[in-house]
Amino acid sequence: MESMEVARRLQEQFSEEVLDICDFQGQVGVIVKRDKIVEMLRWLRDSSDLRMDHLMDLCGVDNKNRPEANLQRFEVVYNLYSIPLRHSIRIRAQVPENDPCVDTITTLWTGADWHERECFDLMGISFTGHPDLRRILLPDDWQGHPLRKEYPLKGREEWSGLVELQRKAVELHQFDLGKGILRQPAAEQSHTKGNDKS
Amino acid sequence: MTRPMTKTINVPVADGEGDRYTVKMGPQHPATHGVLRVDLELDGETILKCTPHVGYLHRGFDKIAEHRTYAQSLILSDRLDYIAAMANNVGYCVAVEKLLGVSVPLRAKYLRTMVCEMSRIASHLLWLATHALDIGAMTVFLYCFREREVLLELFEELCGARLTFSYPRIGGVRQDVTRHFIDKLQRFINEFPGNLEEYETLIDTNRIWLKRTVGIGVLSGQEALDLGLTGACLRGSGIDYDIRKHRPYDAYDLVDFEVPLGADGDIYARYRCRMEEFTQSNRILQQCIDQLPPGPIIGEDAPDLVMSLQGSRKVEVDSSRYGTGLVRLLEESGEYPAGDIYVSTEVPKGELGFYFISDGSGKPYRMHIRSPSFIHIGALPALVEGDLIADLIANIGTLDVVLGECDR
Amino acid sequence: MGEIKEPGLVEIEDGVKMIPGANAILGPLNKLVNWGRAGSIWPVTFGLACCAIEMMDTGASTNDLDRFGIIFRASPRQADCMIVAGTLTKKMAPILRRVYDQMPEPRYVLAMGSCACSGGVFNSYAVTQGVDTIVPVDVYVPGCPPRPAALMQGLIKLQEKILQEQYRWSLWR
Repeated sequence: MESMEVARRLQEQFSEEVLDICDFQGQVGVIVKRDKIVEMLRWLRDSSDLRMDHLMDLCGVDNKNRPEANLQRFEVVYNLYSIPLRHSIRIRAQVPENDPCVDTITTLWTGADWHERECFDLMGISFTGHPDLRRILLPDDWQGHPLRKEYPLKGREEWSGLVELQRKAVELHQFDLGKGILRQPAAEQSHTKGNDKS
Repeated sequence: MTRPMTKTINVPVADGEGDRYTVKMGPQHPATHGVLRVDLELDGETILKCTPHVGYLHRGFDKIAEHRTYAQSLILSDRLDYIAAMANNVGYCVAVEKLLGVSVPLRAKYLRTMVCEMSRIASHLLWLATHALDIGAMTVFLYCFREREVLLELFEELCGARLTFSYPRIGGVRQDVTRHFIDKLQRFINEFPGNLEEYETLIDTNRIWLKRTVGIGVLSGQEALDLGLTGACLRGSGIDYDIRKHRPYDAYDLVDFEVPLGADGDIYARYRCRMEEFTQSNRILQQCIDQLPPGPIIGEDAPDLVMSLQGSRKVEVDSSRYGTGLVRLLEESGEYPAGDIYVSTEVPKGELGFYFISDGSGKPYRMHIRSPSFIHIGALPALVEGDLIADLIANIGTLDVVLGECDR
Repeated sequence: MGEIKEPGLVEIEDGVKMIPGANAILGPLNKLVNWGRAGSIWPVTFGLACCAIEMMDTGASTNDLDRFGIIFRASPRQADCMIVAGTLTKKMAPILRRVYDQMPEPRYVLAMGSCACSGGVFNSYAVTQGVDTIVPVDVYVPGCPPRPAALMQGLIKLQEKILQEQYRWSLWR
């Protein structure tokens, strides 16, 4: 089945949820509201002529600088594929900025667990009903969500754990017998030097 | 290398009954395949709860790519799964070519298929070496590294680098192959089946190997799919999902090969799948050499993203920002198509997917990498809870994880 | 072989003399200790990323490190060198410092790869720009990744550095 046909079936079944269908280079994306996302994905997975049983990818996107209008601040993108029937679809659930949360789909695919944790860690979108939502790739006490557009490439300020560690390294260096080079950590201004020039 | 010793032992947890304690297998450890930390709650030797912690190699690829042109981000894809870097490069290039609508000449497709399969053999060799070493078979490690050296020397002759190549480029490949390279590769293809038999005589029917791998870490096909496993981990449980057959890219629809499937879903089944994949990769390599057509190696409409051999195009020395001697490629100010795509390819570890959003400028608006190792480590608790601690090591080996790819 | 400075003693190199026939060598304690340390550098495995694969390659059969007396030890308590191979992220930095602190003196650090030397290609929020703000580094081996021959040259430079050390055995000198 063609992806456009899958998108049209989805629109027929959930007509109030689907906002738009986009087509680009042969791949079809469906922009939906986030409220009934679990139902929609369950229908896609279990319906006998669609059978989209493989969740290929789940990621978060920050739409702040995107030229298209009528998009919310964030969106969660689900890429699904059907192994027996060999067709794919992309679902883009819109998430507003003032309430960045979506229902979790770990009830449908257990493997979505870590995808959602990464989305929370890097983008700040929380998933209601997730069994264990905490940071996964960054240290637990990291401040901020790096993949948001207002977060500069090198961060605004240094992580407190690293500052503490560098201070301790300088303090312990007096007991070192060797002649290794311990560079003093750069001052505050040069920490953000690489930010604008990317 | 001995069996892994535990890092720290805490005070027994829970109400003093039985033999319960918590052990942290820390990120610096000879048996884990990179910087993986696993917190274990044990009752004697049985694992009650297993919590993997990743992120010790998180370098921020997604964010860096937003500030680089597509060609500059190619080197990031090298450092994902650094054991089979060519396959990652091919995956990245295929995705960007679909996004920008760039066509690839046929010779370049065959060359990319060839290096992708060479990478697959190299990656499976390292998998076999470390997996066998973790379980205790040390000879296999040395034999596999001997073969890998031959392959790395071939890669070095092809493109100058041993580990992080950036040889496939957007629109084709970097440079052409020589007659000498083809002869050496042909010799490798002829000798490889003999070497493969050597490894099989060492462990295939070995009683210890069978006891350590048969019936351990069993996953049914539906469970594996539910957990998001792909690649040999999924095929070992019987589900036929190989992207080279489902959504062929490069020259995979022009060569003839089979996809091995397992039945039991245990460690032995996945091991047999990957051993069969060796033979199939060899077959594809032979066909690539036989069918290699003449022609250009880079597409006509590949945008100015390739540094040509005659000298860099569109280069400006900007000493005010970078100091003398450093050059920087200016970003393209051309018009690129705007939209989003998701393209995935079959790397040795599983399904590597790239989700790109382009906003029309020369830099991606968003790049998300769907890496197989990230999902596979997430599936680790489901595999090991209830088994012995020694089976944890065997399971990490069979999932074939690389932390560089997991943490990105 | 060498100049005969005093009757019965043959000078081999600066300060080191041999008593022929007695199979004995006379020399400053410094040089003998340095010779012992340089000939048996035992690194602790601290492979982080891609450079770890090249480190494994250097230890394998084609480029053998065992002939230099270099054996990889898993525990930092039994090692005297730490080869930091790969990118050091900020999450991993406390663990690097902890492993370094567990090594007894004399200890050396070799930063292998561009990421360990200065952050490499990753100038982002999560990567420390070089390990030398966390641990004192003796030898830098740049490359991405450095060839096994380059790592071997780095280790030989470390040997040369050790051979020139003076009185590195305690705070009391």
